[in-house]
Amino acid sequence: MNGASPAGVPILRLGDVLVTGLLNELDDKSAVAFSEELTARITRDGARGVLIDISRLEIIDSFVARTLMELTTMARLLGARVIVSGMRPPVAITLVELGLQLTGVETALNAERGMAALGWRQNSPPPEGALA
Amino acid sequence: MSTTEAEAEAEAATSTATATATSTSTATATGTATEADIGAEAVARERVAGALRTDADVIADRWVQLQLAQPTWDGAVRETELREEADALVGALASALDSGMPVRHAVGGHRELHRAVTELSLRRAREGVSPTATSLAVLALKEALLEAVRRGPGDHSELFGSALLVNQLLDSAGALSFETYVEGREEIIRRQSRQLLEVSTPVVRLWRHVLAVPLIGTLDTARTQVVMENLLQAIQEHEAQVAIIDITGVPTVDTAVAQHLMQTVNAVRLMGADCLISGIRPSIAQTIAQLGIDLSTILTRATLADALDAAVRLTAASSGAADGSGVSVGSGGSLGTVRPGGPLADL
Amino acid sequence: MHDVRTEEDLLTIRHAVRAATLREGFSIVDQTRVVTAASELARNAYIHGGGGTLTVESLTRPGGGIRLTIRDEGPGIADVEAALTDGFTTGAGLGHGLGGARRLMDEFEIRTAVGRGTTVTVTRRAGR
Repeated sequence: MNGASPAGVPILRLGDVLVTGLLNELDDKSAVAFSEELTARITRDGARGVLIDISRLEIIDSFVARTLMELTTMARLLGARVIVSGMRPPVAITLVELGLQLTGVETALNAERGMAALGWRQNSPPPEGALA
Repeated sequence: MSTTEAEAEAEAATSTATATATSTSTATATGTATEADIGAEAVARERVAGALRTDADVIADRWVQLQLAQPTWDGAVRETELREEADALVGALASALDSGMPVRHAVGGHRELHRAVTELSLRRAREGVSPTATSLAVLALKEALLEAVRRGPGDHSELFGSALLVNQLLDSAGALSFETYVEGREEIIRRQSRQLLEVSTPVVRLWRHVLAVPLIGTLDTARTQVVMENLLQAIQEHEAQVAIIDITGVPTVDTAVAQHLMQTVNAVRLMGADCLISGIRPSIAQTIAQLGIDLSTILTRATLADALDAAVRLTAASSGAADGSGVSVGSGGSLGTVRPGGPLADL
Repeated sequence: MHDVRTEEDLLTIRHAVRAATLREGFSIVDQTRVVTAASELARNAYIHGGGGTLTVESLTRPGGGIRLTIRDEGPGIADVEAALTDGFTTGAGLGHGLGGARRLMDEFEIRTAVGRGTTVTVTRRAGR
């Protein structure tokens, strides 16, 4: 079930966690389609966690902010915890100046930290040469 | 975009019109005087241009000597550089006069001459030469040039006409030089104050995944902005989990700065790290309280040491715990209360 | 001059404004501020004003900068004070569009009349 969704954004499943990311060229229609697709997948896959990586987003305006907040609330109602990871520094500065704090949205510095927070971690020994 | 271009064109058109008008009126004025005056101007022009061509080296040498002899000379610009400047400017003056451009517009309108004058002034601004010395340098060229003109042929009235032309030409060069010098100094001041801001807001790594910004002295909006940008950048680079802003050394803040500090805390949280503020003085606490900011979401500690202690606990807790790690919750989450799943997850 | 008629136009505008901020030598944070403000204002014109136009100009004054003018012929805004207040919304955003754009820019000017459309002009200086 991996691959392009109607919104053009792939949603991957890793155990009971859904992993996805927002692209910079996201228009309003795609954002709405993405929301619908993701909530449908949470129910169908019985996901307990969702990681949305936004490290490629160069701007977040109030529309995208609203989308992220609504997604978080909907996912919670469906029993999944959402973590938004990888927000760029200029985007964070602009958001707070806009007056948007993404109330209720959990954030993580990068996808790895976000996945760890969702309880998805490497328990097996790391491959040769990799850092623990 | 099109508007700007249109405006620029309109502006260019206006300035051309002004230039034409001026030169026309000059011509009329001389015309109503005598035909001889126009001839005199041409003679003066040819005479000065001739001196610049035949005596170029002599004039340049003399100018360099005059500058070196000035009491304000401090050696900031080397003699070889002076000589290069002199050659460039003398050459530019000659070609400006040859171009037939009206003398009063030559410095502003002749590309080569304009560049020679601005480069000379910017170099002095950069080397820290005083404004007086810079003005005197340009005026010294007047002396060198007049001496050369006097050596040439012609009667007194021709000499007077040439002197007048040299004055016109070099006075406008002096004006441009001074303007450029001031702009150059201002640019240097702007750059230095930016650099000063950068060095006065260092971000230091205190522990694994723990960063701190010790702030000392008065905080204004510009500095708080730099703090925010530097801190967020460092958090990304070091993959930091906790950032400490220590304001022990800050005597007081105004409401705008207090608001910026709170924005910084929120921005750090949006990036997925925690932010602690330490060393808040009573007067600052008062300002923050008067702002009516909800402090329940802001982590504070009395001293930097306490803050570091809390930060280390935070990072240790998250690397050991199964979850709740390295995650920040927008408004509502705070130290020790990072809830897996948030309030509605257990529904 | 850029049209603000479709959702695709919103993306085109972001690109155009980003390119303009790059030409002016804006820092990455200032680029983001200006592009975000443009996005908010263009969306306002698209949703509330029934479409409009956006003009990008570079300032010729010392230091440089950017001026954006967003114009629509929509219904206009009856209560400008209220529209500038955070949380005020009649549409799909978060009600931070106008007020937020004002905070992100150095200068903000709005001209509006009921039934006669809205024009917002914002500027941001470079190299602050």
